[in-house]
Amino acid sequence: MELIIFLITAAVAVAGAVAMLLSLNAIHSAIFLLINFVAISVLYVLLYAPFLFAIQLIVYAGAIMVLFLFVVMLLGAERAEDTRERFVWQRPLGLTLSAILLGLIGYIALRGPAPEARVTNHQFAAPERIAEALFTTYLLPFEITAFLLLAAIVGVVVLHTSGSQAGKRE
Amino acid sequence: MTWIDLVILVVKCIVLSLAATAVFAYFTLFERRTLARLQNRMGPNRAGPGGLLQPLADAVKLFFKEDVTPLMADRWVYLVSPTFALIPAIIIWATIPVGMWPDGQGGNWLQLAEINVGVLYLLAVMSVGVYGITVAGWASNNKYSMLGGIRASAQVISYELALGLTVLGAVMQAQSFSTAVIVERQAQMWNIVPQFLGFVVFIIAATAEVVRAPFDLVEAEQELVGGYNTEYSSMKFALFFMSEYVKLVAMNAIAVTLFLGGWQFPGLQTLTLFVTQQYGAAVGNAVLGLTSLGAFLLKVLALSFVSVWIRATLPRVRYDQLMNLGWKVLLPLSLINVAITAVLNVLLPDAPTLTAIISLVVGVIILAVTANVGRPGKEKRTVKLVEIGL
Repeated sequence: MELIIFLITAAVAVAGAVAMLLSLNAIHSAIFLLINFVAISVLYVLLYAPFLFAIQLIVYAGAIMVLFLFVVMLLGAERAEDTRERFVWQRPLGLTLSAILLGLIGYIALRGPAPEARVTNHQFAAPERIAEALFTTYLLPFEITAFLLLAAIVGVVVLHTSGSQAGKRE
Repeated sequence: MTWIDLVILVVKCIVLSLAATAVFAYFTLFERRTLARLQNRMGPNRAGPGGLLQPLADAVKLFFKEDVTPLMADRWVYLVSPTFALIPAIIIWATIPVGMWPDGQGGNWLQLAEINVGVLYLLAVMSVGVYGITVAGWASNNKYSMLGGIRASAQVISYELALGLTVLGAVMQAQSFSTAVIVERQAQMWNIVPQFLGFVVFIIAATAEVVRAPFDLVEAEQELVGGYNTEYSSMKFALFFMSEYVKLVAMNAIAVTLFLGGWQFPGLQTLTLFVTQQYGAAVGNAVLGLTSLGAFLLKVLALSFVSVWIRATLPRVRYDQLMNLGWKVLLPLSLINVAITAVLNVLLPDAPTLTAIISLVVGVIILAVTANVGRPGKEKRTVKLVEIGL
């Protein structure tokens, strides 16, 4: 049962990712990426991580992709105008890196999962556990991330107000 | 999982989806009749006794309308987006406990899926629901539809924050993400008392989230012809219509679950205990299931009436008012609500009644102050005449 669901979801995820890369229209790419995100969130459920499933949907599918779509629609930049390569080194570098990644994945798939990677306790990713880890073991990284986000918000506000003041002066 | 469990699950899913769509059909009739009464007219009353067959007549009419696809539309996206809109509206019902009918193994017949992050599931599905509208607006290749779609995405992400934070208040009150546990914890007192501020913000933000009047800028007829669904006709239009109403009823059901005690009502336990002693556990369970389902539906109906009432009473807001309300009023209010809930629950963990009264009073005061300070129409508009040399 789980294997069937996994195979279907994984096929959808891979198909979504490939279609996202191949489609020429930015909105189509966004929709395929959305399908990919939803499929990956289902994979999280299969891995007994329901909290990650919900967060994946809320943050990536619900917030970030809406912003992508919003910006693409506002700018009217659906069509890829320039298909020429801007950087000559981009394609060889990308191919090399993906070959390395594929090799690693193949190695791990052939070797089989590590014995300590098998999960016996299915409650290991319950919301309480995640909160506990975030607020004790990983408190410093958590706070630093929060601080970075705050700085980004302040930056947006500063940029916005200076722009509107310039508009007033005119 | 054996195959019989799988069959039961599939049947439950089908029944729930059909129930959601049936509720949609009769909600349209309810809304039209109630709106008509509020506007001093009769409303649709010709088809069947008291107009009861009107939804069927509407469905037949929509089926027989011509189905037009615009020539310049993005064909596939145009065809798919109505289903994009409808699917989240239906699957959101999966974790809402619509009643309590124990199945004897610790489960509940009237809740499709009990997961430990039920509330987050609701928020997740809600946030995916906007894609249908946005993408439909883009795919129609029509500037009015496009504007409607852009408005929808901006409005929904703005109000999602306030909505999520008010839901967090209810979660903190029950100390669980599970919808079933949240309902159980409200046996003594409904969450509307300790979370009054949260409830009011939730209702406003939920109305904006399902883009309904007075926040229906997405389909403002005077500005955008029909909004995102201008180019849609026949059953595809009906699917958008359906998704809007199913989402609205689902929002009311979520509000009932989180703030109005779900399927609980005073005296439910006494009644169940009495029937169980008299007629045995099976009859007791059945009575519990039916009465709790009835109580839940009655509460949803009451909230639905409030939604219709709001639609009949309030005019549509302007776009800047919409954004100001979302970001400058509702978001701070919901943050204050979270702060109050957190502080009170930590300071007085053993006195739920006292906590509830304090937060109710504080909530009412804050709402009154906000309503007084933020009342629109106070500032005098001065018009300056400028001479134009021609």
